[in-house]
Amino acid sequence: MTDRPWVTIVWNDPVNLMSYVTYVFMTYFKYPREKAETLMRAVHHEGRAVVASGSREEMERDTNAMHSYGLWATVGRD
Amino acid sequence: MGNRGTGLIVTQGFERTDDGGFSVTFDDMERGLITSLATQLLDLVTPPHSATTDDPLAAIVGNMAEPVAAPDDVALARLFPDAYRDDPESAQDFRRFTEHDLRLEKCARARSVQDSIVTNDEGDATFVVDEESALIWLGFLNDVRLILGTRLGITEDWQEGLESMSVSDPRIGLFHLYDWLTYIQETLIQSLTGD
Repeated sequence: MTDRPWVTIVWNDPVNLMSYVTYVFMTYFKYPREKAETLMRAVHHEGRAVVASGSREEMERDTNAMHSYGLWATVGRD
Repeated sequence: MGNRGTGLIVTQGFERTDDGGFSVTFDDMERGLITSLATQLLDLVTPPHSATTDDPLAAIVGNMAEPVAAPDDVALARLFPDAYRDDPESAQDFRRFTEHDLRLEKCARARSVQDSIVTNDEGDATFVVDEESALIWLGFLNDVRLILGTRLGITEDWQEGLESMSVSDPRIGLFHLYDWLTYIQETLIQSLTGD
C-alpha cells in the first residue's frame, strides 16, 4: 500500500449536478455520503479533486467509469 | 457544477412508488421531445463503422483503424474527454480501447428510453420503471444535458443570463428544454437517494 503513484482526478464542469456527482461517488466508489459530498464540494470549489488512487490500470478503469457517468475525469500522477 | 432546474416548465418529475419503482408522467409534447433528443444522441454518438461491420472481431473490439484523436465536435469532446491531459500518446491509447464501447453504451441507453416511450404512446402516459431502468434514464438524461449544455455554452450561472435574455432570442427554447431536463434528472436523483 506504500506505492500508489496513480490517481483519478474529477474536474469541475457547469452541467453535472452536485447531487448527481455525489450520487456517482457514493454508487461507484462506495464512499459514504459525507466523503462523497466532501469530494463533490472540492471539485466544485477548487476545480478538481483526486477521487481515487491506485495502480495505473485501476485508475484507467475508474476514469472510464467516470466517463460512462458523464463526469469529466483524467488519469494522473500522484 | 450545475444548478438544479427552476422547473419553469410545469412537470411532476420522477417519484418513488410504494413498491420501490420510479414513476413519471409525460404528455405528448414531452414524449416527443425525449424521442427527438434520443434520436439526436444516436445520430451524434453512434460509432462511425459499427452499423456496417460484418467482422466479428471488429464488432467486439471496435475498428482499430478508427481515428483515435479527440473528436472535433465540442459535444463529442465533452462526452469522450482525453483521459490524460499532458500525455497525448496515452490519451490516444485510452481512447482506442474505451471510446467505442462508451459510444455503444450511450446509444443503448438512448434506444432503451426510446423503446419505453414508444410502448407508452397514448395521451398522458405514466411510466413506472424498476431501478435498473431508472439508472438507464439517469445516464440518458445526463448525456443529453451534456450535449445540449455544451452546445449552448452553459455556465454555472446560466440562469441569471436567461432572465435577461430577450424573448425573441432563438436559443431561449433550448435553455428551457435544458432547464426541464435538469429538473427531471434532479427529481430522479432524489428518488434514487431517498432525499
